[in-house]
Amino acid sequence: MKTIKLRVFRYIPGTDVRPRYDTFEVPAERWTTVLDALLHAKAYNDHSIAIRYSCRMSSCGSCGMMINGVPKLACDTKVSELNNDTITCEPMANFPVIRDLATDFTRFFQHHKDMKPYLVNEDVETGVDAETREFLQKPKQVEEFLQFSYCIKCGLCYSACPTVATDKKFPGPQALAQMYRYLADSRDQASDERLKIVDDRHGVWRCHFAGSCSKVCPKGVDPALGIQLLRGYMMGFSKKEKSIAKLYKPEK
Amino acid sequence: MRESHIMNIHYITALAALVLVGIHIMFRLIMPYAESLQYENVIANYQNLPYSIVLELILVTVAIHGFNGLRIILIEWRQGEHWEKGVTWTCIAAAIAIIAYGTRTILIASMAGAA
Amino acid sequence: MVQKENREGVKGWLNPTRYGLSRISYWLQRLTGVGLLAYFIAHVIETSSLAEGKLAWEAMLDLTQTPGGHLILIIVIGMSAFHAANGVRLYITEGGKGIGRPGRPDYPYRPVSLSPRVRACIWVSIALAAVAMMYGATVLFGE
Repeated sequence: MKTIKLRVFRYIPGTDVRPRYDTFEVPAERWTTVLDALLHAKAYNDHSIAIRYSCRMSSCGSCGMMINGVPKLACDTKVSELNNDTITCEPMANFPVIRDLATDFTRFFQHHKDMKPYLVNEDVETGVDAETREFLQKPKQVEEFLQFSYCIKCGLCYSACPTVATDKKFPGPQALAQMYRYLADSRDQASDERLKIVDDRHGVWRCHFAGSCSKVCPKGVDPALGIQLLRGYMMGFSKKEKSIAKLYKPEK
Repeated sequence: MRESHIMNIHYITALAALVLVGIHIMFRLIMPYAESLQYENVIANYQNLPYSIVLELILVTVAIHGFNGLRIILIEWRQGEHWEKGVTWTCIAAAIAIIAYGTRTILIASMAGAA
Repeated sequence: MVQKENREGVKGWLNPTRYGLSRISYWLQRLTGVGLLAYFIAHVIETSSLAEGKLAWEAMLDLTQTPGGHLILIIVIGMSAFHAANGVRLYITEGGKGIGRPGRPDYPYRPVSLSPRVRACIWVSIALAAVAMMYGATVLFGE
């Protein structure tokens, strides 16, 4: 067992004049995560540390924060892998701070909503008498978009992106990757509409493939890949026409 | 103009500039470097019509590509209707100005011997 | 109450070492782009002395054909080579070609868009710039 120094960003907007860092001495084993260390500090040193967390297994995406200057999930980052006895925890960059390590996701979610994150298909019958049951999709067609559907909206990619750092109107890697997720899905019919949404002065063209988003993504979504594939449609490198998945109608 | 059209121009001018600047650099190597900078040799280059056309094309493609790149950096840095409009028009004006100034040099130099 | 924005701003652009080679290549592409634009403007202005006659041209050469001028030119050669080579790489990869296809990600979740092949292309751009700078130095300082 060793002891590490945990520096935690402390700030209450509207109350504190400026942010400060509180340092706590926390015991750490080989398996201790940064989240464990923060919760230890919260339990035994200062109950007022504001922190978001839930699943503790990098599934929910709640505990995203800057750990030694890089956005990471606190539950997914072991103290031992940081190779540093001083760990600095700060709120995720590019998100407004609510308090201490908790950040505001309103704009992030709005960018996501702007991408129409749902399947658009006019052929789907609604109503109790609908005869069609499911879309027919081959495994290969599912693989075209599957990895992008693994996004847990943790915001780490948004925090790492150099364009988001300065451009308020840029949707961010998460939203653009989700746009590709629906574009690549053979069940979606709104390709033209989707491409028009991102063909904007602050849309997909402001991504310069810095790759930081894919570097920090904890779920293997690889948003950079999605964005470049999306742009491939607009540059004419990929064909826009796709065969729309048929709806299965069971025989009577 | 849609951003996709502007970016297509950006890519086309990039590829064109790559080839044209490559030709420009090769011309500096057809004789010893110091000799190639002598006034008479430089003027002779400008009086070669195909080479003057290459220089003019370099001027146009590099100016468009460069100032569009600067426009992109500036509108990523700050947003707002006035700022973005101002940056766009300033970059267009600067590109036209540098193309005009460079074209003046090419025209005067290519007519220097004739005069 | 929520603090405004908390964006990294230009500070976020300045330190490219936190996120690997792709981020460094983005930073270098920007830096070389701005540097080359500045050189382009200076070059158009310096060559305009041709229009003023032989004496003006030779006065310009006296100003620029110095060890300091040669050093600047070597840096410009390096910037051009990197910006061009990396630019070609970006043109292809930003169109979604050469960076892999989507699949079923599995632990340790290595992103295909940052694969060794993509990183190798960035190193090739850097190597080309270094070779071009060395060749430029032999031409400029060799005489």
